[in-house]
Amino acid sequence: MLLNIKNIDVAYDDYQVIWNVSLNVKEGEIVALLGPNGSGKSTILNSISGLIKIKSGEINFNKIQINKYETYQRVGVGISHVLERRRVFPYLTVLQNLLLGAYHEKAKTEREKSLQNIYNFFPKLKDRSNQIANTMSGGEQQMLAIGRGLMGMPKLLMVDEPFLGLAPLVIEDLKLIFKKIAERGISILFVEQNVRLALSMAHRGYVLESGRLVIDGVSNDLINSKELKRVFLGS
Amino acid sequence: MTSQVIIQAIISGILMGLIYALIAAGLSLIFGLMEIVNFAHGDHLMLSMFSTFWFWMLFGIDPIFSIPLTIILMAFLGVFTHYFIIRKILNSTMLIQICATFGLAVTIRALAQFFFTPDFRTIKNPIIQGKFEVYGVFIGYPQLFASFVCLFAFILLYLFVTKTETGTALQATSQDRQAAEILGIPSNKMFALGWAIGLSCVAVAGSMLSNYYYVFPDVGVNFSLFAFVAVALGGFGSINGSLIAGVIIGIVESVGGLLIDPSYKLLYVFAVYLLVVILRPQGIFGRY
Repeated sequence: MLLNIKNIDVAYDDYQVIWNVSLNVKEGEIVALLGPNGSGKSTILNSISGLIKIKSGEINFNKIQINKYETYQRVGVGISHVLERRRVFPYLTVLQNLLLGAYHEKAKTEREKSLQNIYNFFPKLKDRSNQIANTMSGGEQQMLAIGRGLMGMPKLLMVDEPFLGLAPLVIEDLKLIFKKIAERGISILFVEQNVRLALSMAHRGYVLESGRLVIDGVSNDLINSKELKRVFLGS
Repeated sequence: MTSQVIIQAIISGILMGLIYALIAAGLSLIFGLMEIVNFAHGDHLMLSMFSTFWFWMLFGIDPIFSIPLTIILMAFLGVFTHYFIIRKILNSTMLIQICATFGLAVTIRALAQFFFTPDFRTIKNPIIQGKFEVYGVFIGYPQLFASFVCLFAFILLYLFVTKTETGTALQATSQDRQAAEILGIPSNKMFALGWAIGLSCVAVAGSMLSNYYYVFPDVGVNFSLFAFVAVALGGFGSINGSLIAGVIIGIVESVGGLLIDPSYKLLYVFAVYLLVVILRPQGIFGRY
């Protein structure tokens, strides 16, 4: 088990948003985190990368308990987080953005190799390596954000809403790339609102409702589940 | 009025403006990094000038040799300021942040008056003194030297921020703190570094100013006002902007004082500031 979350509670000040959630991700697995707006999907990713501290419970990664780790230490154990809305550094070049992805010691030594790998995944980034990031299109920025995440040589890549606002063709490309990344043994945990799209890519899925886990299972079972329809359609 | 007098005013303005530029660059760097305005910036400048003065007074070290010592002192002060004051108010409301750095300014100035007395002091017979004449225009050696050193420091700062890996990480932190943190860039250390660099800028400017300027506890007030105007004019967070803006303000101050009356020179500087606020609130190179 690569990532193992046990009974976490998360609160913003006094307002609790995550209730007793447990989930796990195995090596090379693609896992979707589903749920309507405000159900706590992003909060879970944020607590794994340390942007939010959990109130109780345990987060274990690669057999290390990382609850107490600062955010900047977590990339060193193998967690890369691609934030919602890409969040590339707007006034730096594509290359500068990518190189910062390999800022921590372990990744720095393999920097050139990782860069070539990422250019293979996203040839466009190579052509545009000297372009300022905020002058690129949404899809290109998403590729840059994912590339920057991969530069950290993660064992787990977490992506928040990877397909938001992208053209259908770009979405298909991106899905293929995610599959290739997973084939290299990198696990992917991603948040998505479009259930059909998410489950067409993921091996398994977890469904959240108001901060609680309601169902989980392999994609084929989930897609036909009545409970899933109830969560999203309210019937 | 002859053209010589105007040229004289412009040259004096440029020489002073390069010093304003370096002071403003420090202020701008700190603001760009953590969106905190250091209202004590002028008082940090005053401390740098006193540091230079005391190195000369007590140990006989000339200002041109005490620059590195003053830089080290001020950089440490910057790191301390970050860890003991700024870190605690990073996520507070703006009013609290203003009160914190403004309070720091008042404290530093009061302590300086208490320990150093309000007397005006000068460094007598520094190595660099005197002036020379070109075509009827007089240029003081200390002023010329000061502006060269400040420009050199400015170029070093620019190269550090844009060309080195740590500098890029500093920029990344200022553009998106959370995204940087996730990549393994500890923002707290970057902030401390930002304070160290910001106060090193005033250390260089202060050392050079004390070569020919009076040293007293209130000396920083006007300089910090000019630095604020320069930062607003150049664009908050833009280091290049502060260079151009600093020089513009130096020239406006000096030529304006010449054309009407030197006692109104603050007026021109603030008139420029008002124009900026009305016409281009984000400044020349501003992003905010």
